[in-house]
Amino acid sequence: MKTVFATSRPGRAGVWPPAPQTEPAALIEPRLLREKRPCLPELSELDVVRHFTGLSRLNFSVDGNFYPLGSCTMKYNPKFTEAVAAHPGFTALHPLIPQLRGAGHFTQGALEVLYETERFLCAITGMHAFTLQPLAGAHGELTGVMLMAAYHRDKGNRKTTILVPDSAHGTNPASAAIAGYQVVSIPSHEGIIDPAAMEKVLNEDVAGLMMTCPNTLGLFERHLPRIVELVHSVDGLLYYDGANLNAIMGKMRVGDAGFDIVHINLHKTFATPHGGGGPGAGPVGVSARLEPYLPISRVVKLEDGQYYLNYDYPKSIGYIAPFYGNFGVILKAYAYLLRLGREGVVRVAENAVLAANYLRARLRGHLEIPYDRTCMHEFVASVAELAASHGVRALDIAKALLDRGHYAPTIYFPLIVKECLMIEPTETESKETLDGFVDDLVDIVKTARINPAAIQAAPHHLPVARLDEVRAARAMELTDDAGLSEVMEITAESDTHA
Amino acid sequence: MPYIPHTPADQEAMLAAIGVESLDELFADIPPTLRASRLDLPPGKSEDAVLRHLAALAAKNRTDLLSFLGAGFYDHAIPAAVDALAGRSEFVTAYTPYQAEASQGLLQAIFEYQTAMARLLDMEVANASLYDGGTALYEAIMMAVRLTKRTRIVISECVNPIYRVMLTSYTTNLNLTLVTVPQRGGAPDIAALMRALDGNTAAIIVQNPNFFGTIEDYTALFATAHRHDALAILSVYPILQSILRTPGAMGADIAVAEGQSLGLPLSFGGPYLGIMTCRKALVRQMPGRIVGRTVDSTGKTGFVLTLQAREQHIRRDKATSNICSNQALCALRALIYICLLGPEGLQRTAQLAMERAHYAARRLGALPGVRVYNTGPFGNEFALQLPVRAYAVIDALLAKNIVPGFPLGRYYPGLDNHLLVACTEKTSREDIGILAEYIGGCL
Ligand SMILES: Cc1ncc(COP(=O)(O)O)c(C=O)c1O
Repeated sequence: MKTVFATSRPGRAGVWPPAPQTEPAALIEPRLLREKRPCLPELSELDVVRHFTGLSRLNFSVDGNFYPLGSCTMKYNPKFTEAVAAHPGFTALHPLIPQLRGAGHFTQGALEVLYETERFLCAITGMHAFTLQPLAGAHGELTGVMLMAAYHRDKGNRKTTILVPDSAHGTNPASAAIAGYQVVSIPSHEGIIDPAAMEKVLNEDVAGLMMTCPNTLGLFERHLPRIVELVHSVDGLLYYDGANLNAIMGKMRVGDAGFDIVHINLHKTFATPHGGGGPGAGPVGVSARLEPYLPISRVVKLEDGQYYLNYDYPKSIGYIAPFYGNFGVILKAYAYLLRLGREGVVRVAENAVLAANYLRARLRGHLEIPYDRTCMHEFVASVAELAASHGVRALDIAKALLDRGHYAPTIYFPLIVKECLMIEPTETESKETLDGFVDDLVDIVKTARINPAAIQAAPHHLPVARLDEVRAARAMELTDDAGLSEVMEITAESDTHA
Repeated sequence: MPYIPHTPADQEAMLAAIGVESLDELFADIPPTLRASRLDLPPGKSEDAVLRHLAALAAKNRTDLLSFLGAGFYDHAIPAAVDALAGRSEFVTAYTPYQAEASQGLLQAIFEYQTAMARLLDMEVANASLYDGGTALYEAIMMAVRLTKRTRIVISECVNPIYRVMLTSYTTNLNLTLVTVPQRGGAPDIAALMRALDGNTAAIIVQNPNFFGTIEDYTALFATAHRHDALAILSVYPILQSILRTPGAMGADIAVAEGQSLGLPLSFGGPYLGIMTCRKALVRQMPGRIVGRTVDSTGKTGFVLTLQAREQHIRRDKATSNICSNQALCALRALIYICLLGPEGLQRTAQLAMERAHYAARRLGALPGVRVYNTGPFGNEFALQLPVRAYAVIDALLAKNIVPGFPLGRYYPGLDNHLLVACTEKTSREDIGILAEYIGGCL
């Protein structure tokens, strides 16, 4: 499709605000004004509607396709939560109102949503307290590492390193590093952390361990109790990356297991839509000894049932977000939790794990499964052998799956499995969908052995064929030129017609 | 079971295929001592019951207030087409476009968003979004620190104080020094900002219009920063940017913004949109996703995530940032909003908001003992200096369901009598008349 800039026609517009009575120069000195009007699209409302409806059709989504993107928990997003978040009683609320002394009663409903969501998350994780402020999982990680730092500073500990297993998601080491720590990677043994290997790198410098459990191979960290003990023995803190909470909620509470800090991805476990990349939300829970450091503000419930924002936490790490988190996302998660309730939460975990193990069992013998034992919500397969024998890589398999109407599993990590396919079906996909996926995947692998070129050239049936990423990085064409000047408009149009 | 399709027969067949007897067997790896014994949640509710519960909570919020609250977050009109288009589930229920061929719609939209932001801010490149305006400023600092290998950041006290406290939290553990240069009359002291620059300054940060609503030209300041080899970082307000002198024209190296005003509801603080733009030469230090245009194997134009060697999933602890999920759907909303309004509509919106604010300033500034605090020109927001404590007015007006503005004393010691008043194109002259009448009544 042509870009929206290439379809612009001077003089059109979709929305016409009333004409102002003055010119900018009547209110502000000309030297403070921009010289030229910004060159932005000029389109009728219908032009805009056609353009974006057209773009939407070029997209796979959970509503349209099986989306087994490992580690991302692409479950169905119930529609009624959209209605909840779109309620004008929430959307029209200015976030500063409860910060005005005496105006707290204007936002009691919103504060109650925050308070109750925190309480639910405490119940599910067994943590002592939560903050809903982190704006995504990685932001929760950064917040968690800042909490670690605050704890150690307060105790006078001199800590410089954070341990991260080599199977971890890239955000874990990145979060530790940008918070000022050195990252020490611990090698996995049979897919999980080996306490003996960990002991070798454990010393008084260790501020904490960032652990994902079940880990990104979909394996439960069976040595968990020993690991917790070891990390605590050097006054290190245990950080739980809760991106994979979908596997264990209702089955195990991470707080009971001794974790000090937890982040949860509401856009995974709690069914809030991923929005094409965001917004998400990454609430952080802590044990009692870390509560004093939580970011401000915090929502407090008074004896009389009123809610208010408390800023009086002298040890707090301060503000990590402008307000109370991605409130619209939190609302959806809260509504989902109310809908599921106690029994629903357990059923989610059970059926997510059931589906993953079912896929694993059905794919056994067709794909390599490096750690082929009971998995949790996901598992990692590999086509390393196929890559060596026929030159067909995980990337090729992924593209061929797209041709069959399935989104692809995660293939860029975990780094410890070569040519990996990280497959997470979630609890919301039917057996027929899972079976159809298996049949297609098996068929693709079969084809790859007979006619590798066909798979290497996939996709064949999508709006575009295989895209040239190397060229993109080299050419660095990061913006459109269309419409910038008459001359450029002509060349840009001829480009996009190509 | 809500959202779970498996019938008992399905479950049985699946368990048999796996070779286990029960669902519980699948959880055998969890040590028995760690198995949850209780789950303190209420029982599930029907969809209807949840909707009613949330409608009741929504009703406890008062949204029928006459409000002049802004402080960086504004109540602009949102065309219905924004909700209709950005609400399409093909966008809403997708994720980060790792598989480009199956995500051309999103990728093209992000490419268009990047283009729109670059053009609006008059900068060369933009990323696919960050969480919000405050974290965008934090990421800008981190970029400057990496690029200059220096540790000192000079920031004007006129930068939104909410963002300044965020920056304080984020820099606490990093050996960085934040030097805050005090404001005067709602404007930065440019000479003092220039004096604060030195050979260890990584960046200077200013905001336009600033927190008090005052509009400046920072060209000379940025030139001075560049003489010290420091980067110039400017935070702007996208709606007003359609008429104000641009970051690009002033010589900014990095320009950021809170994008909420571009078609996102206030929604009690989020989700919002962190806009980040910079000079192209700096793009390899930029955080976050970036979309680039390329061709497919048949030569057809297409779009992909690019320059990924900056990112956490490739570089781990050496990445430019830890960001993974961003605010893609909010960026899409901003793009659709801009397309619907066009340059003319954006400029009208900005001008209308400014006209209302200037009218309000005239009306309110004429009240006995009241004056406009801003010494410089302002846009759609300004500070009033009152003869009484700002809270005396706020308390009295809240009782009438009017929010007259933001009390500057909350962040600026000594400005306890000062009220920050914002208008948008939605503010009517009648609204302003009511505000003037009630404030007058408190004096
Ligand atoms: C295991 C794991 N940790 C952390 C994250 C980061 O979460 P977010 O993308 O919300 O920042 C992800 C998400 O992709 C993940 O899969």
